Amino acid sequence: MSAQVLGWSLTVSQVFLTLAMGCAAFRMLRGPRAQDRVLGLDTIYSNAMLLMLTFGIRTGSTSYFGAAFIIALLGFVSTLAVAKFLLRGEVIE
Amino acid sequence: MTLAEEFPTWAALLVSMLLLLGTSLSLTGSLGLLRLRNFYQRVHAPTLGATLGAGCLLFASMIFFSVLQTRPIVHEVLIAVFVTVTTPITLMVLVRAAVHRDRSEGNLDELDRSKTSNQSGR
Amino acid sequence: MNRWLPFPLLSACLLVMWLLLNQTLSAGQILLGGLLALLGGWLLTALQPATGRVRNPRAIVTLAFLVLIDIIRSNIAVAAIILVPRPRSVTSGFLNIPIDMRNRYGLAALACIITATPGTLWVQFNPRNGTLMIHVLDLVDEGIWIDTIKCRYERLLLEIFE
Repeated sequence: MSAQVLGWSLTVSQVFLTLAMGCAAFRMLRGPRAQDRVLGLDTIYSNAMLLMLTFGIRTGSTSYFGAAFIIALLGFVSTLAVAKFLLRGEVIE
Repeated sequence: MTLAEEFPTWAALLVSMLLLLGTSLSLTGSLGLLRLRNFYQRVHAPTLGATLGAGCLLFASMIFFSVLQTRPIVHEVLIAVFVTVTTPITLMVLVRAAVHRDRSEGNLDELDRSKTSNQSGR
Repeated sequence: MNRWLPFPLLSACLLVMWLLLNQTLSAGQILLGGLLALLGGWLLTALQPATGRVRNPRAIVTLAFLVLIDIIRSNIAVAAIILVPRPRSVTSGFLNIPIDMRNRYGLAALACIITATPGTLWVQFNPRNGTLMIHVLDLVDEGIWIDTIKCRYERLLLEIFE
């Protein structure tokens, strides 16, 4: 019983997160200006990080934690680099 | 599901509730990316998923693994700290870039006009 | 602090982080993490950061609690704005707030708090006249927002850092 409830809510959560990534992807592809696209990319990254956590709970293995952490790191660095580029026109001054 | 049968009901319910709450919050945030009208409004939306959404999910994961392995598993705190520190930095730099671009292109009046301009479409 | 351990707080945080990442308390990992923590402290000396000191640790707890409550409240508020079937004409806009704080760490903390709360966003701070520009999603009453930031956050941050 408890396993079933958890399984269903995991499925619903993963569907939610996939939809959220879809919304962000739409904003990234469509976004009228460059900053909208960067915002979409950042949202995709943070949702992917959360999706990794739900996969970890589903399989009961803590190794997904590392993947989530790396996605969070990469998302931060890449978004910051692109935003910096928009701000100055170059990444490293 | 590779879940042990003896996983207690209260923990399963708690984890499920936190999961649903957190993911619906981050879905709401991403939906805001579609629904809100201009960039400066849209920047606010992903913060939902990054603060309370991520918090709920990390808490759920913490409870789940602590119960599953019957010892405290707290390394999710690392992600929580990391996200709390980095999200403001990203958003701040992004907003400054947007303001800079709007200024250099001369449509800075958006900064002053934005209080009234949002009633009409995007 | 001294030559071997210039930033004790940072080194302690690094050690805790290392142990959390490895999920152990074994002696070897503590040794390795300790080395890493020392190295991190020395590396930070090269950057020569301004020295800051926490004056009032109890105010940090109060502030953290306040911020947590505000994050939950504004999450609900922003979610309501997004989810209302036809988004009511949200009046959002920029807002200038005079700030008395000059401490860099205090300002950084304030920036994190304002940006981490959904619905408000730090745009820029002008150190010459000390005005802070923020963007507010649901700008109904400017006075309320200025009050929130000045009385709720800035007062406590001043207690902590200055």
